[in-house]
Amino acid sequence: MQYATSLLPTTSNPVLRWLSNTLYRKNNLFLFLLLTPPLLWFGVVYLGSLFALLWQSFYTFDSFSMSVSNDLTLDNYRALFDATNLDIILRTLSMAITVTLACACIAFPIAYYMTRYGSRAERGFFYIAVMLPMWASYIVKTYAWTVILSQEGILYWGINHLGLSSALNHVLQLPAVGGNTLATSNLGRFMVFTYIWLPFMILPIQAALERVPTNLLQASADLGARPAQTFRKVLFPLVFPGVVAGSIFTFSLTLGDYIIPQLIGPSGLFIGTMVYTMQGSIGNMPLAAAFTVVPIVLIFIYLALAKRAGAFDAL
Amino acid sequence: MVVAVEFSAVSRHYGVGDKVVKAVDDVTISVAEGEFFSMLGPSGSGKTTCLRLIAGFEQPSLGSIKIFGKEAAGTPPYEREVNTVFQDYALFPHMNVLDNVAYGLHVKGVAKPEALKRAEQALEQVALAEYGKRRPGELSGGQRQRVALARALVNQPRVLLLDEPLGALDLKLREQMQLELKTLHKKLGITFIYVTHDQGEALSMSDRVAVFNRGRIEQVDSPRNLYSLPKTSFVADFVGTSNIIGSELAQQITDSNQPFSIRPEHINIYDNQKNVMKVTGEVADIQYHGATSKVEVAVNSQLLAMVLSNTENTEAQLPKIGQKLTLCWPQSRMVML
Repeated sequence: MQYATSLLPTTSNPVLRWLSNTLYRKNNLFLFLLLTPPLLWFGVVYLGSLFALLWQSFYTFDSFSMSVSNDLTLDNYRALFDATNLDIILRTLSMAITVTLACACIAFPIAYYMTRYGSRAERGFFYIAVMLPMWASYIVKTYAWTVILSQEGILYWGINHLGLSSALNHVLQLPAVGGNTLATSNLGRFMVFTYIWLPFMILPIQAALERVPTNLLQASADLGARPAQTFRKVLFPLVFPGVVAGSIFTFSLTLGDYIIPQLIGPSGLFIGTMVYTMQGSIGNMPLAAAFTVVPIVLIFIYLALAKRAGAFDAL
Repeated sequence: MVVAVEFSAVSRHYGVGDKVVKAVDDVTISVAEGEFFSMLGPSGSGKTTCLRLIAGFEQPSLGSIKIFGKEAAGTPPYEREVNTVFQDYALFPHMNVLDNVAYGLHVKGVAKPEALKRAEQALEQVALAEYGKRRPGELSGGQRQRVALARALVNQPRVLLLDEPLGALDLKLREQMQLELKTLHKKLGITFIYVTHDQGEALSMSDRVAVFNRGRIEQVDSPRNLYSLPKTSFVADFVGTSNIIGSELAQQITDSNQPFSIRPEHINIYDNQKNVMKVTGEVADIQYHGATSKVEVAVNSQLLAMVLSNTENTEAQLPKIGQKLTLCWPQSRMVML
């Protein structure tokens, strides 16, 4: 047994040794030390600023003096339901919903291929392909899209060469979708939103698909379910939490964005651009704060609906 | 006799060129209706692939598989009259137990009340009637096993495929489930095809056993014949334990270089009997197993194992390590390889 002592880990410093032994014995002390910094950050910086924001949304803005007073009022929330403001909210909400649906429809097949069929190399390729655009600045990508969508851009060039320009004009004349050109249409804005947020949908769906054991799908087939039934009754319910997680990203990121609506698409404010204008150029902080509460409430409603649809049953 | 499942020269290869792996290599078997048929072999021997070929999760590279006379190669799993009990049960985690069991009926368009009624009956059959509302995650391993069984049987398959279904259970539960499976098989009268690497399980439950090794079948026989008349040294070694005597040592013992095998329990300590084979070696190790002790005797450089029951007599005279010992066995117990 001559090796016995030398195999024990040794610390020359008795203080460090006392410290690690104490922390090992007193688990609660260890957890306290572990969690205090992040909880402080969360509590003070995160929730604190959110609370300050909520609080300011009850302040009064005097439109004559253009100044904010501390008198508490519900006027800002009432103002949200003015026709113009409601319009902004509905415009943003409908875009967020369509972008989320489109991202889910595009992301699912890619994620499915990655998990079920891709070889190691293919999977690596897809990971990089999905992640690489996220390395570039989001503003750069958005400006790049203004070039792509412009009338001298590659998209118009391709459409003209395929002889589809009259079809494009028909599409651009549709009321809710169109605009003068692609770059100033809702369609163009929708394309850019979908492009920018797609990775945020692919990755959670892919992670969810990876957690579904293949033999569940085989068991379903074994019990007589056709592929469509297996998808509907087994695969989709099990992946649904991942779809919801991804859609929370795409939905809330679209709701809060203020760059893309400025650069691409028709005129008309989004929630983000409205907050930006109210806070930046007008100085109506209370109304800006009330507007930022809208996405928070919408996300809560969305989560409640998702929960009722059974999104978290499989967790 | 109706043939339930018939393999004719079936092979399943993976990969291409030099790297071809023959998971199943030229296998021909036929399983009769109502038979309890086991496929036994070490891991990677091709037994599970054979089961998956019957279920339809894999398609054969060569050969034909017939299920009740109908060619099955090319048909998907959902068009086959077989059901599988998976190794890790594969219960749907997002459904409760009753919905799991009713699943097969639902997808085949059986009306919901009828499907639930039949699922409840199936759960009763496996003594889990009051567990219908629970999630699979809330059940123990043994209970999940029964749910998986009920979920397969509710579809009234003509062939039930079982892929190492008892592998994850502890010894006592495994023995109990073995008994229940056997009873169930008798009661239902359908064909069971049972994959296992546990030779005890295969021997105690099956009508016939196919022993797999490296994708090929070594022997298909009744458990009794498999044990007492192994045709190859692999079977002799894999089914139970055997002392395989190679030609060199055989020459020394029998004056013939014909290799043979002899079971440890057929070897005795020499006591002047006539008409026996005998050989002398040195005791290398003694292992205590409760009811028996295993004595390993080194002859030349080979270890021969023998088993002594631990009675009062033998325990008093257990050989000691290093002691010279002469072993003997009746000629009739030797199996020529």
